[in-house]
Amino acid sequence: MADHTAAIAGVYEHPTREAPDKSTAQLHGDVAVGALEDAGLEKGDVDGYFTAGRPGRVMSMVDYLGLQDLEYVDSTDVGGTSYVSHVGHAAAAIAEGKCEVALITMAGRPRSRSGDGGPPSGPQADFEETYGIGTVNMYALAARRHMHEHGTTAEQLAEVRVAASEHAQYNEDAMFQDPVTVEDVVESRLVSDPLHLLDCCVVSDGGGAVVVVSPEVADDLDRDCVSVLGHGEAVKHHDAGDIDLTYTGAVESGPRAFEEAGITHDDVDYASIYDSFTITVVETLEDLGFCEKGEGGEFVEGGTLKAPDGELPFNTDGGGLCNNHPANRGGMPKIIETVRQLRGEANEEVQVPDAEIGLSHGTGGSLGTRMTSTTLVLGGDR
Amino acid sequence: MSDAGAGDLPSPDVSPTPETEKYWAAAAEGRLLVMRCADCDRFYHPPRARCPDCLSENTEWTEASGEGEIYAHSVTRQMGPPYHEATPYVVAYVELEEGPRMLTNVVTDDPEALSVGQSVEAVFHETEDGEYAIPRFRPV
Repeated sequence: MADHTAAIAGVYEHPTREAPDKSTAQLHGDVAVGALEDAGLEKGDVDGYFTAGRPGRVMSMVDYLGLQDLEYVDSTDVGGTSYVSHVGHAAAAIAEGKCEVALITMAGRPRSRSGDGGPPSGPQADFEETYGIGTVNMYALAARRHMHEHGTTAEQLAEVRVAASEHAQYNEDAMFQDPVTVEDVVESRLVSDPLHLLDCCVVSDGGGAVVVVSPEVADDLDRDCVSVLGHGEAVKHHDAGDIDLTYTGAVESGPRAFEEAGITHDDVDYASIYDSFTITVVETLEDLGFCEKGEGGEFVEGGTLKAPDGELPFNTDGGGLCNNHPANRGGMPKIIETVRQLRGEANEEVQVPDAEIGLSHGTGGSLGTRMTSTTLVLGGDR
Repeated sequence: MSDAGAGDLPSPDVSPTPETEKYWAAAAEGRLLVMRCADCDRFYHPPRARCPDCLSENTEWTEASGEGEIYAHSVTRQMGPPYHEATPYVVAYVELEEGPRMLTNVVTDDPEALSVGQSVEAVFHETEDGEYAIPRFRPV
């Protein structure tokens, strides 16, 4: 493994899932402190800061956290995957010598009170919002089309939730800790068919933070660090009316990240896959190339995703479906659990033995309109 | 084409821009417009002045037939305002005869009976302020 790659030195997941008595800024502060402590670094070491959210958030948080002498800031906002992108952007900035210690924070309180506003209106608003679209029904359209073209079944989608729920039972912070069955999922009420309630992720308060450092800083730390081996991003949209709902931007972000990391699918020991909905996982697994297009439903059957022994153990924290989805954005937890796995710090029952290569994949926006996919490949032997 | 089948769906006001005003004004007259690029012959939607394929400004409004088929649909059973009292209602991509897939509603008394590939035709529902209309579709 190359020694010149940036590394993740610290991560922190906020334990709260409901924060009625805290501000969003306060949650940012909690996770910043937690991740720096995890890395063995101090606030004064931070010279790069990354966060997403409404316009001005990055400046507000720099002020609130009292960060001094920053040499690099990035407020890239591509929806729920923003923080996965931030890791790639931080690694690039570090490689360019623009900063050495990059702090990435995210937080939100959609369960207690939405303080972040709705999605930004763009030139498409009259052609979308007018029709009563929302997050769930836009993913439901993707599920419908995938089922139509590939014969994917509700039971197959349910397998994704089942695996996540079996992992969540070992996570004492998870919002939903009871294992569910395929029947539980397909018999839960339809929210926007073909998606049932249990096909949908949780709505939780909370947040998380990551500290990305230069290889020189990593070498000086008394902490296992995880190398950022590969990063890929892609945007997919309406294509002027030629939208194909059966695939995601992962068809492009995945190969970019794999190529940069110099790995193949067989090298991946663990994967955190953004799971806003069960269909998000099925399409993403296909698009990342873990199975052929259209075979995602079959792929997830039979315990493929279950840790520690499945073919591709995934979302061992319970994921967005069972653990948390703070600020309606699940990208940050996807990074954190991958780092835990590669450090051997996941919950004992779901720790993948000798996990060396992990993948974190984020999805931003909506499968039904426009979206961003970000893939990270992380390595654990630094 | 009439207002038949509007059901209880809200028809919120729209905020046309110089790029989209003709589209909404035509809808108020019961006509569905799509844009075509005269340079690359691409039909596209939603409308915009420059072709999203080749970025040419040599684009023109074309009256669509209003015929299409369902590309994907979902019966929405839970939604915030202004649609919260309209549930269950159907959101869909309808593939127009001219090519583009258009995000819209399918208006029907029997949403469970809809299927991918089903033929639909445009209907137009006047917006609340009475100035424009929203194109939707119903089974043929």
